[in-house]
Amino acid sequence: MVSAAGSFSRPPRFKPGDRVWVPARAALGHCRTPWYVRGKPGVVAAVHGSFRDPERLAYHRPGLPAQVLYKVRFRQLDVWPSYLAGQADHIEVDIYEPWLEPQP
Amino acid sequence: MPAPKRKTMLRQGAGGRAAHDVGGLAFGPIDRAEHDLALWEKRTDAMQRLLTSPGKRAFTVDGLRRVIEDYGEQAYDRTTYYEKWIRALRNLLVEQDVLTREEIERRMAEVRQKHQTAGRRVVKAKVPW
Amino acid sequence: MHDDDDHQHHHHAGHDHAHLPAQKDHDAAPMGAYEVLEEAVRSLLIEKGILTSGEIAAAVDLMDSRSPALGAKVVARAWVDAAFKKRLIKDTRAALLELGIDIGTIAEFSTVENTPQVHNVIVCTLCSCYPKMLLGIPPAWYKSLAYRSRTVVDPRGVLTEFGVELGREVAVRVHDSTADLRYIVLPMRPKATRGWSEDQLAAIVTRDCMIGTALPTVPSRPARRAAR
Repeated sequence: MVSAAGSFSRPPRFKPGDRVWVPARAALGHCRTPWYVRGKPGVVAAVHGSFRDPERLAYHRPGLPAQVLYKVRFRQLDVWPSYLAGQADHIEVDIYEPWLEPQP
Repeated sequence: MPAPKRKTMLRQGAGGRAAHDVGGLAFGPIDRAEHDLALWEKRTDAMQRLLTSPGKRAFTVDGLRRVIEDYGEQAYDRTTYYEKWIRALRNLLVEQDVLTREEIERRMAEVRQKHQTAGRRVVKAKVPW
Repeated sequence: MHDDDDHQHHHHAGHDHAHLPAQKDHDAAPMGAYEVLEEAVRSLLIEKGILTSGEIAAAVDLMDSRSPALGAKVVARAWVDAAFKKRLIKDTRAALLELGIDIGTIAEFSTVENTPQVHNVIVCTLCSCYPKMLLGIPPAWYKSLAYRSRTVVDPRGVLTEFGVELGREVAVRVHDSTADLRYIVLPMRPKATRGWSEDQLAAIVTRDCMIGTALPTVPSRPARRAAR
């Protein structure tokens, strides 16, 4: 459920243009970070605002504090080892802040 | 609904790829046939929206998704969208002590009986918990 | 166990107090286990006062009233009104409200614009999230494992299957709806529609155009009235 789109419960860690990557760690139960972007590098395309954490909401917990949600853009070439079509092709995934780390 | 012919080891969950997390896997050509929804499917959709709405908040859509994700690869692949959702609604209603397993099973038997008496054939299979 | 709830939200007029549940959808097909479950759950929830048959019927009617025609109207408005288009892309919820469309509290909406350089396609790999309040219910193929799995890894192959061929100079951008945002594609307005009314424009914007698996096509003669 939409709780606070566009607003923030705490300052976002990342901003558009930041280079990030999705840590290749295991999910503990319900998770909205797809398997195919785990361990992959991307760029923050947009900052959506704060939303209640679905990983907690799924277990009847309030999901607070709200987590910042980002639109992260990945080059298809970085995501799929055998991606041949379209060097400029991208995939954009909405990812919650705990599932992003800054690229070194 | 078409399902993989054999059980694969690809989607086992528990730290690996989960059953519902299918981005990048191969499931063959896309069947583009259009289907109307049956009334029971529309009602499932309606109940889901009502029960997760701010007014009721029996549980969340996230909870429904979580239950569906725990079905396992075989069940996940062999059931339709609304079959998954009505089973999830039932399980969460029990999880949240809104309904009990016993009263659901009792009512299902009554519903089957009612329709059979009215002349409609009713499939024998049950919905797994 | 009551039949009353079946009467109240029966959608077909002329239904009398027969014992048979004369709902068109049942026909001669045997009743499946999940259909039995739905009736069991619904009847119990109504008996316990958690839901009413009226609100269930209203919710069914609300979704029945949503169709891609709504989204097409929005696209047509964006095509003729550049300022509205800007507002639509910046804040889709607010722009929809201008047209009297309330998308409710389930999710936020976001509009992604096709350009000569970028073609957008929408998918939900994890379940089947879809902008229902604007487009109605999703097609079965959108919810299929085949579409959900392939669109992210082989979008051009999927588009070819749908009859959309893009030049190599066009980048394909796939949006995976993994959170509370629902995406709709704003297709490019075909050049041959110069001078068309909004109704005429809306008539060529199909559901698949707004998912990204089709492009608006101009028939050899424009329709005089919007097709319904």
